[in-house]
Amino acid sequence: MKTTKLKKQVLLKGGMILDPINEFLKKGDVLIENGTIKSTGKVTPSKSVDIIDCSGLIVTHGFCDIHVHFREPGREDKETLDSGSMAALAGGFTRVCVMPNTEPPLDSPESIRYTIDRAEECPIHIHPIGAITKGQDGKELTEMGVMLSEGAVAFSDDGLPVTDSGMMRNALEYATMFDVPVINHAEDLCLKKDGVMHEGKVSTHLGLPASPSITESNMVHRDLALTELTGGRLHVPHVSSAKSTDHIRQMKKSNKNITAEVTPHHLFFTDEDLTSYNTNLKVAPPIRTRTDQEALIHGVKDGTFDCIATDHAPHTVEEKEGTFDLAPFGMIGLESCLGAVNRVLVKENKIDLTRLVQMLTVNPRRIMGFETDLLAEGSPAELVIFDPNKKWTFHKNDIRSRSQNSPYLGEELIGRPLITIVKGHITSLELD
Amino acid sequence: MLQQKHLLGLAGYPGEDIQTIIDTAFTFREVLDRPIKKVPSLQGKTIVNLFFENSTRTRISFELAQKRLSADTVNFSASTSSLKKGETFKDTAQNIEAMKIDAVVMRHPTPGAPLHLTDHIDSIVINAGDGTHEHPTQAILDMTSLHEKFGYLKGLKVGIIGDIAHSRVALSNIHGLKTMGAEVTLCGPSTLIPPFAEELGVSVNYNVDEVIEWADALNVLRIQRERMGGGLLPSVREYRNLFGITTDRLSMHKKEIVIMHPGPMNRGVEIDSSVADSDQAIILDQVLNGVASRMAILYLLLGGKQEEGDS
Ligand SMILES: [Zn+2]
Repeated sequence: MKTTKLKKQVLLKGGMILDPINEFLKKGDVLIENGTIKSTGKVTPSKSVDIIDCSGLIVTHGFCDIHVHFREPGREDKETLDSGSMAALAGGFTRVCVMPNTEPPLDSPESIRYTIDRAEECPIHIHPIGAITKGQDGKELTEMGVMLSEGAVAFSDDGLPVTDSGMMRNALEYATMFDVPVINHAEDLCLKKDGVMHEGKVSTHLGLPASPSITESNMVHRDLALTELTGGRLHVPHVSSAKSTDHIRQMKKSNKNITAEVTPHHLFFTDEDLTSYNTNLKVAPPIRTRTDQEALIHGVKDGTFDCIATDHAPHTVEEKEGTFDLAPFGMIGLESCLGAVNRVLVKENKIDLTRLVQMLTVNPRRIMGFETDLLAEGSPAELVIFDPNKKWTFHKNDIRSRSQNSPYLGEELIGRPLITIVKGHITSLELD
Repeated sequence: MLQQKHLLGLAGYPGEDIQTIIDTAFTFREVLDRPIKKVPSLQGKTIVNLFFENSTRTRISFELAQKRLSADTVNFSASTSSLKKGETFKDTAQNIEAMKIDAVVMRHPTPGAPLHLTDHIDSIVINAGDGTHEHPTQAILDMTSLHEKFGYLKGLKVGIIGDIAHSRVALSNIHGLKTMGAEVTLCGPSTLIPPFAEELGVSVNYNVDEVIEWADALNVLRIQRERMGGGLLPSVREYRNLFGITTDRLSMHKKEIVIMHPGPMNRGVEIDSSVADSDQAIILDQVLNGVASRMAILYLLLGGKQEEGDS
């Protein structure tokens, strides 16, 4: 992977331009001048222009992931904002939102300011999500107003649920003043207990403590009802079950303030894959059954899910090489994202590529209130160029994260980002 | 001699191999009846008993089996040594492997730990119980005992009574008995029957009297006292009333059925003393068959191959 400064004039020539806002896909060129979009369509280049041949490739908005864990500050051994940025660039992501469950958590204006300042130095755009409660302990609301003015874009205690329904109500109610999303990691801890996987036929076989789907869907249902009550904005992260999908679909019919995301791993794997006791598949909420997987894919088809988010969660080799009960929850996912979701959704389930790209670009940006029309003349260049048909096997050397906890190692993926352009720089993934 | 290098569990384990182990166990039973109860089969082999959890019975049974086969054995109780010093599972495994050994018998509280061990070491791994997952040697000794008593396993009706959800003994017995063509009914408090139990190919019945009426043999599991009075079970009295294998209860049935228990027993809780000590109980035969079955397993896994350079 190589990152260089964009030349004064760069021509992305002969690619398929995919505009996820105006929903078109057509052959054309993109001219970037001084780091901004100059023109698209048929471009006659001047002599000094730097030409990149994009034939057979898709040229579109840089991907945006609104749910990653970059572990800074506190666990820089797992990931930093810099190493996380490299993982993002390798996956075609130009913009991410980092979850606040760092050590200490991002629960004050000062810690938001710290992240914003550090993000300046990084090669991608990084936006902090602030904690809902101080210390993420579910007791006292954070200073949301001041945190927003320092640069927070949403609020979440992710990693932990807001268990207390009264507190969740307050958070949603309070956040209505600012019109920002509240994101709750939905798992009823009383039902979850020591569960490390989905409760079903497979967990019975493996003898692992497990938790049923309603561990998630009950809390999702509560949050939806509280959203209706308060008029707040709810974003449901990493939906894993058929039941939750149904609840969200139902409530979205009458409430425009609800959005939801689905992860690549809940779309790609099922609990049957856990028979190897692979700790890299230990995530929260857990990977569920084939029926749930099918319901999630259906939820993508009918628009129940607005976006794809990776929940990129790095952990050390030492933590993940222990036994299943002791390993922490989470997997990395930025580098493998496109290849995984493109394979499952577009290649295997015949979902339109434009729809998938919307879920990786304009939709997540809309949820967070970011600029969306990235191909408009004058926009700072924030693009990805990818090969939608490239078949490849995911290897350790494809990982740019500081951690290695990927269950995709050895899996065949389809579709691969080749060039990512953001912040006046161009990053190319060299392929052998 | 056996198709798989390790013995990790009975899920998917070949039926013909289970039968080979049972047949071999019977030949070792004869050895155990001799005045000199020792054969040289595993001379020069080194086996480590790696116990991350206390289990005096299983460990002694394995140790005796190893001694009767003339193997060299080392006992390693990790719960009392290195794990407390923060040494990882991987370190312990690699350290033991570095000592040039032939097999590891492992007891571990985590499901999947023996499979995980096979990633780190080349030696043969025998699962002596991994958490709430499997305990294959216990199930094999149970099947050996049933085979000894009845002369067959196919079509045999076995009831497993008690805390099924937290029992590795139950899960291994279910897999083994189903493979061998027996019928299995699970019986216990609904909070202690695993979800999706029927998916394992067994029946579930909460009425212990009906199960007694149906069964040829009962495998009565130990009820952990720590499960009592929590969210799962109200009291010992309640349990005894609903599921206790008592003399009164058995006397209501005309047919005499065989009673097994993997031990250690809570006399007066899941089973009456008078039942445990009666002629219909084969609990002590299970203990003896435990040694014979483990001898068979060790012999077949370690002794079956010609050593390189042997001529
Ligand atoms: Zn979460």
